[in-house]
Amino acid sequence: MIEQLVIYPLITQMLLAIVLMFFWSRIRWQRVVSIFGSLINLGVAIWLFVTVWQGGTLSIQAGNWEAPFGITFVADTFAATLVLLTAIAGVAVSSFSAGSVIPARLKFGFFPIFHFLLLGLNGAFLTGDIFNLYVWFEIIIITSFVLLTIGGEKAQLEGAVKYFTLNILASIVFLTAIAVLYGLTGSLNMADLASKVAAVENRTLVQVNALLFLVGFGIKSALFPLYFWLPASYHTPPSAVSAIFGGLLTKVGVYALIRVFTLIFEVDPFLQNVLLAVAVLTLFSGAVGAIVQNNIRKIFSYLVICHIGYMIAGLGMMTEMAIAGAIFYLIHDIMVKTNLFMMSGVIYKIKANHNIRKLGDFYADHPKLSLLFAIPLFSLVGIPPLSGFWPKLSLISEGWFTENFIVIGAIIFASFITLVVIIKLWGEVFWKTGEKLPEVRNFPYFNKLTNIKKTQMLAPIILLSIVSLYLGFGAGNIQNLAERIAFELMDNQEYINTVLSK
Amino acid sequence: MEVLLAIMVGTLYASGIYMILRRSLVKLIIGIILLGNGANLLIFLLGRIAKGSPPIIPGDSKVFLEAYSDPLPQALILTAIVISFGLQSFAIVLVKRAHKVVKTDDLDEMNATDEYS
Repeated sequence: MIEQLVIYPLITQMLLAIVLMFFWSRIRWQRVVSIFGSLINLGVAIWLFVTVWQGGTLSIQAGNWEAPFGITFVADTFAATLVLLTAIAGVAVSSFSAGSVIPARLKFGFFPIFHFLLLGLNGAFLTGDIFNLYVWFEIIIITSFVLLTIGGEKAQLEGAVKYFTLNILASIVFLTAIAVLYGLTGSLNMADLASKVAAVENRTLVQVNALLFLVGFGIKSALFPLYFWLPASYHTPPSAVSAIFGGLLTKVGVYALIRVFTLIFEVDPFLQNVLLAVAVLTLFSGAVGAIVQNNIRKIFSYLVICHIGYMIAGLGMMTEMAIAGAIFYLIHDIMVKTNLFMMSGVIYKIKANHNIRKLGDFYADHPKLSLLFAIPLFSLVGIPPLSGFWPKLSLISEGWFTENFIVIGAIIFASFITLVVIIKLWGEVFWKTGEKLPEVRNFPYFNKLTNIKKTQMLAPIILLSIVSLYLGFGAGNIQNLAERIAFELMDNQEYINTVLSK
Repeated sequence: MEVLLAIMVGTLYASGIYMILRRSLVKLIIGIILLGNGANLLIFLLGRIAKGSPPIIPGDSKVFLEAYSDPLPQALILTAIVISFGLQSFAIVLVKRAHKVVKTDDLDEMNATDEYS
């Protein structure tokens, strides 16, 4: 019966979303239910993770249809880890939303939609069926559209038009890829596809199909030529929404890429070169984009793009250690990006401005907060021994062994530019003597908020900072985890055997 | 029949992409609808078309005795149609709101969020 555990995270999120819909206009209750429900979900996710860590991969067949025919849900270490990270980010953002999102937005179903988004994320991580993955992706994008547009400001609607066009386009490409894959193999179960794709004779069509998947997931994970929807939209919604988007949405695309290219398709040298080239260009363009921006959230948006490059570089090198580095970076990035966008939300609540040229004096006014904010910022740069340093170490050493010197150069360049960007941000926002900003009328300034709301906004930042610190100082444990995930991904027999119950 | 459907799918994809590349918001939506329909037809086509052979096992046997048409693509298409219907309805409302707030139909003028500030 322990297999049932795989769908518990889905059930908790779905029940939570449905329960929240009954409190539609009672936002006070919604806040309480959302935070406590997220904590319960965190408990379930920890339970799942510990079970998978100790007992190995779990799988469950929906409706008891046998494996290649029914829809399968699988929790291997990779999926369980990401469900756990989603749950941690979920608790943090739920609490942050309760404190920071204005009631006018909460009244239009912010919390139910937020939990449907988390449901979609959990589903995408846990499913073992490629068409089911498409359905979860659709749940993710439709809920993200609503979260992005809720409030209906001009910038939000403009950003949403771009966001939705490119994401729907990505879904259509993904659907086309699934259609071709089904036509080639007659199966949709990912474990089953692993052997069936290898047996297809028409290799050219398989390669084209792999590229279709790359484009579809590439748009979703904001890879180099396909990322333009991201900086156009991520800085427009409330910071709580940006936090969950920046932390998790692009990472689902990365997850799907890693899953598809380790399980279903064999990565040939051509595809490897494509992935590496895309990774280098992503690192480069994201870094250069970040350095010229002035809006604090746009800077972080470009850094989201830039750092996707590390994970794709790890995937492109396709050795076990490189994938372990990519996984470690994924874990680090989810925590730190969520934290950064929440941090920008707090800065906005204090100063009512996003422009780093106009901000200033933060360190003089709020020394303790500045110290807190330094943790995610320095973790992002990867100052040893903080969390961003360790995955880069594995990536660079693997780049050396596989003789991908351009990749090493791009990784070092991107790290260096990230450092420059963060120094610039620190100098402008925290150290500089800023100009006097005009008081905005009717703006919910931070110091006018009640103590409960202040706690709700700062507690998640502290929580995620502690997690980030653990990722850095407990890097040995995380490296073990990442290596085990990479081993399971490269040697996918355990996954396949568990699903097909051989 | 297959050739006809293949040409149809190609036309739908081509016209969909052409429409998305236009500057008008309404044509954008039409393009997305056409692309979605093209993808649905593609699934149908790649599920292999077999005429007049429903996937029903005769009462006196336990397995299929002859070739049958695959029912799964139709289930997939149904799911995809429902999903794209939902997305398209959202898109139409979004475009209407965006047009009202931004006061333009031209995608080239919807660049406030991309501008350097």
